Amino acid sequence: MTARVGVITFPGSLDDADAARAVARAGAEPVPLWHGDRDLRGLAAVILPGGFSYGDYLRCGAIARFAPVMGELVPAARAGLPVLGICNGFQILCEAHLLPGALTRNAGLRFIDRVVRVRIEDTRTPWTADYAQDQEISVVLKSGEGAYVADPATLARLAAAGQVVARYAGANPNGSVGDIAGVRNEAGNVVGLMPHPEHAIDALTGPGTDGLGFFTSVLRAMVDQ
Amino acid sequence: MARIVVDVMLRKEIHDPQGEAIASAAHRLGFGQVLGVRQGKRFEVELSGPADEAALARVAELAGELLANQVIEEFTLHES
Repeated sequence: MTARVGVITFPGSLDDADAARAVARAGAEPVPLWHGDRDLRGLAAVILPGGFSYGDYLRCGAIARFAPVMGELVPAARAGLPVLGICNGFQILCEAHLLPGALTRNAGLRFIDRVVRVRIEDTRTPWTADYAQDQEISVVLKSGEGAYVADPATLARLAAAGQVVARYAGANPNGSVGDIAGVRNEAGNVVGLMPHPEHAIDALTGPGTDGLGFFTSVLRAMVDQ
Repeated sequence: MARIVVDVMLRKEIHDPQGEAIASAAHRLGFGQVLGVRQGKRFEVELSGPADEAALARVAELAGELLANQVIEEFTLHES
């Protein structure tokens, strides 16, 4: 049976179709989940895609956090379900306190939409196992509130535990503390990433295929189980 | 009906690029005495019933859970 990976659509999600396409390209079966769903349907992993859920009202991700589907996702994630939040999905996971820290307005205040180099620093997660340690990849960053912040104690804890999954390899694009582009929870099953690997799975429509590894990684993690 | 005001501000240690942009615009306008600006949010919460201690406690709960992200923000409340 093909591994089934859920992709949640919130009102205002934009990149759900690309995330589903990336899942299919990796060889798994993408399953659409709606924000109002109260059942994860036995899915083996779930992706929260990019976009502007609930119009970014209040704070990015602050309203999506209370969507019915999150009532199912939060306990499942705490129990070990592999969850990947991309861009707005990362913001939602931080608001839901599944990931430490928060995403704030870019230092330059401008919306950034360009290809960046990102270094994968933790390959022990189900979403990054197919990368080599410190491998640099090219992916699109497209966000207005992508600057990662956390208090110094949290940052020290993240560094000590190796919970920084990815950092910007070139110049810091948005003021993220410590050049952080992605983090994981303590257990490693929940990963948040500001740039978009799902837009980098096809040389025809993206900067290359560097992003595919996130999706093949989780497929392999499920097969290995 | 009672109205309770919740003010939400970024914590002091959190960088506020919007406040900085506002301060630099103030300088361009000739307000040289402006040393800095921090931008926040104000919520006016209307309640059925009186603004007694229990009501204030409930609004504080709401502020902590929804109106403010306490990872980066802090809030204060007062009766309007």
